[in-house]
Parts: sequence; structure tokens; C-alpha cells
Amino acid sequence: MTQQPVEMILARQLTGYLSVPVILVDTAGTVVFYNEPAERMLGVRFEETGRIEREETDRLVELSDDPTAKPGDAGHPLEIALEERRPAHAHRLMLRRSDRVRLQIEVTAFPLIGQEGKLLGAVVMFWERPGP
Amino acid sequence: MNVTLYGVRGSLATPGPLTARYGGNTSCVGLTGADGSVVVLDAGTGIRPLALELPKGLTRVDVLLTHLHMDHILGLGFFGPLYDPRMEVHIWGPASATLSLEGRLRRYLSPPLFPVMLRDVPCRLELHHVVRGPVPIGGFLVTAGRVCHPGPTVGYRIETGTASLAYLPDHEPALGARRFPLEPEWTSGFDLARGVDLLLHDAQYTREEYPRHVGWGHSTIHDALAFARLAGVKHLVPFHHDPGREDAALEAAVETAVRDVHPEFSVTPAAEGARFELG
Repeated sequence: MTQQPVEMILARQLTGYLSVPVILVDTAGTVVFYNEPAERMLGVRFEETGRIEREETDRLVELSDDPTAKPGDAGHPLEIALEERRPAHAHRLMLRRSDRVRLQIEVTAFPLIGQEGKLLGAVVMFWERPGP
Repeated sequence: MNVTLYGVRGSLATPGPLTARYGGNTSCVGLTGADGSVVVLDAGTGIRPLALELPKGLTRVDVLLTHLHMDHILGLGFFGPLYDPRMEVHIWGPASATLSLEGRLRRYLSPPLFPVMLRDVPCRLELHHVVRGPVPIGGFLVTAGRVCHPGPTVGYRIETGTASLAYLPDHEPALGARRFPLEPEWTSGFDLARGVDLLLHDAQYTREEYPRHVGWGHSTIHDALAFARLAGVKHLVPFHHDPGREDAALEAAVETAVRDVHPEFSVTPAAEGARFELG
């Protein structure tokens, strides 16, 4: 396994100290790490899944628009972060876990761009919404 | 590849009788290839004595900077070849997100910090931003990689057909890790150090000292040993000794770490004047 860029390594170390669920993805959209709060939210530990290719993420979690979403919430924050290299936030998304549990969430994603201007991946943060 | 250590002290030059055995000059290492090409790693105060030993008739020298903290560039203004119009000097180092390498070096090599302007040195000077590589430099193949240390900082892997060296003098791969080392994929500097014949690695602190210096960009001697084991190196040279570590204390600290870790590779604390022949 090739070593991750040091910026991604530092991002992983930081997420280990946060109480917010965070997923790190590489430039291909592969999930390369998620922290303990994300494990709790997703219902599965990172040690069990390891890295998850983009096409396999649907087996773990499914994101869909919340029926009450506003027009401004269109677009997947992760895709915007990786493809347009800008931060994005979705106020109303539904997250369905592999055990069928549904959660109302907000999602923030931002690209990780190194000092050489190279896109290294993205950080995706999940915010659970208690009510409608 | 011949490797000679001219400066092994971290942070601040510490001359004097209490550091005479391991030396007080700051980071500088000289490499000589089979074809006679010379590469200098960092420009700490050790670069002045290095320059005195350069072969007569040498026309090109490459200086590879890991970063621009003062202990790694303080000797640059006193590097003899800069003032020799027959010499071609190439300086490689990291840019920042907003300043070129030249712009960053000029902050030191200009008044009021230094009387001679970088643009006025008489040698043929070329500055290069490091790229990941590998890049051929003389008889060496050089790979640079960003490593965990405050500010833009790289480590180097230098190879010939028969030998390999990794140079990570300022490196804190354990920063933020709840256990260290993590897997190779998540360990800063791993790709640079993987399987090298000789690893020169930051070993500034003892385990007792480290909690007061977390985030300063340096490793414990124990972590240097753990990193070397993870990378599968053949020989570790703990480097960048703390300026407060006198000779006897340095030997005791390394001996303690070796006793605790039981490395399956050689460990030789960096000492000024030490030479290693690789390949």
C-alpha cells in the first residue's frame, strides 16, 4: 500500500480527536478512513471494512435527498468538493445504513488541496439532525 | 555512496567540551557518488567545514534543503562555493504556498540579517523547487516527499544503483497518533525510508521530554527506532540531537531506547565526522 500524502495523514490524526463523524476520501472518491463517531453513525467499524471503493459505498450507506429538501440543497457535497474543488453543504439528506436505519443529516464536504495546488482528497463531515 | 556527517545537532549550534564527542554543528551531511558528484543535505553550520573538504577541481555542487528553519540554513551564507565564480551551485528546497524558494531564502540572505544579498553571490547559482521525483542529480537519484513537521518540509530518499539513504532530520510521524507506528499507509515518511541501507532520522527527545514538545516537529529516540523498524531499514542513525543533550546523556538516552526496543538493525548515534560507505 502506497503511503498517503502527509496532508491526508494529518487530516486523519485530526479526525481521531473530533466528536463529529468524519470520512476521508481520496481523489477517486474511495473512502480511505472514517473516525469513531462515523463508525457509530454508520454502524460498522473501519477495521471491519477497511478502505471502500466508490462503487461499493452504496452497500454501506445510501444517501438520498430528504423530501423536505430545499432547491438550494441540490448536489452531493462530496462530488462538488472533488470535482469542483470547492466546499459544499447539504442541509437535508437522508442516510440509510446497511441495517436499514434512516437518519436525517446535514453534510459538509471540502477538498484537501496541498501546497503545490494538488487535489489530495476530501473531508466529509456529517451532522445528525434530531427533527424535521 | 560515501556519507559524511558534518553537523548532527538540532535547533541550535552547541559547541563546547560537553558536546565534543558528537559535535555541536547543526544539520549538514555530505554525499559523494562513485562518479565524484557531491550532494549536500541541508546547510546548517556544518556546511562550513564541509566546504573545506570539497575536492579540488569540483565545478558543481547541489545543496538539498529539507526546510528553511534557521538551523538548516544558517551556514548557507558561509558556504565557500557561493563565492567562487568557477562554481555552479544548485539549491533545492520547498516553496511555500505563497513564496518561492528564492523569496524565502532572501529573507535570511539579505540585510539586516546578512550583509550579502543572495543575488550578488558570484557563483553560478540556480534554485530549484523540489519535486517528488525521482530526479537524477549527478550520480544520485533523488526523491523528495513532504513530511510531518511545521511549515513546508521534505525528507529525501537518495539512491544509486547499489545503495540507498533516507534523510529525515526533522520529522514527527507520531504527531496525533494514539498509537505509533500506525500502518505504513498512514505513517509520514514511510515511502522515503522503506528498506533503505541507512536512515538518518530525527531523534531529538526522550520519551520523558516529548509531552512538553508535542507538535514541535520532532521525534523521540524510541519513535525513531519504531519508525525504522516499520520501514525495514538496515541501519538507523539517530540525528538532530537536542542542543541540551550533552555527550554522556546522549549515549545514555540512545542506550536506553535500544535496550527497550531491541532493534534487529544497527543503531549508531550521529556524530560529527562519522563516515558511512554504502554499496
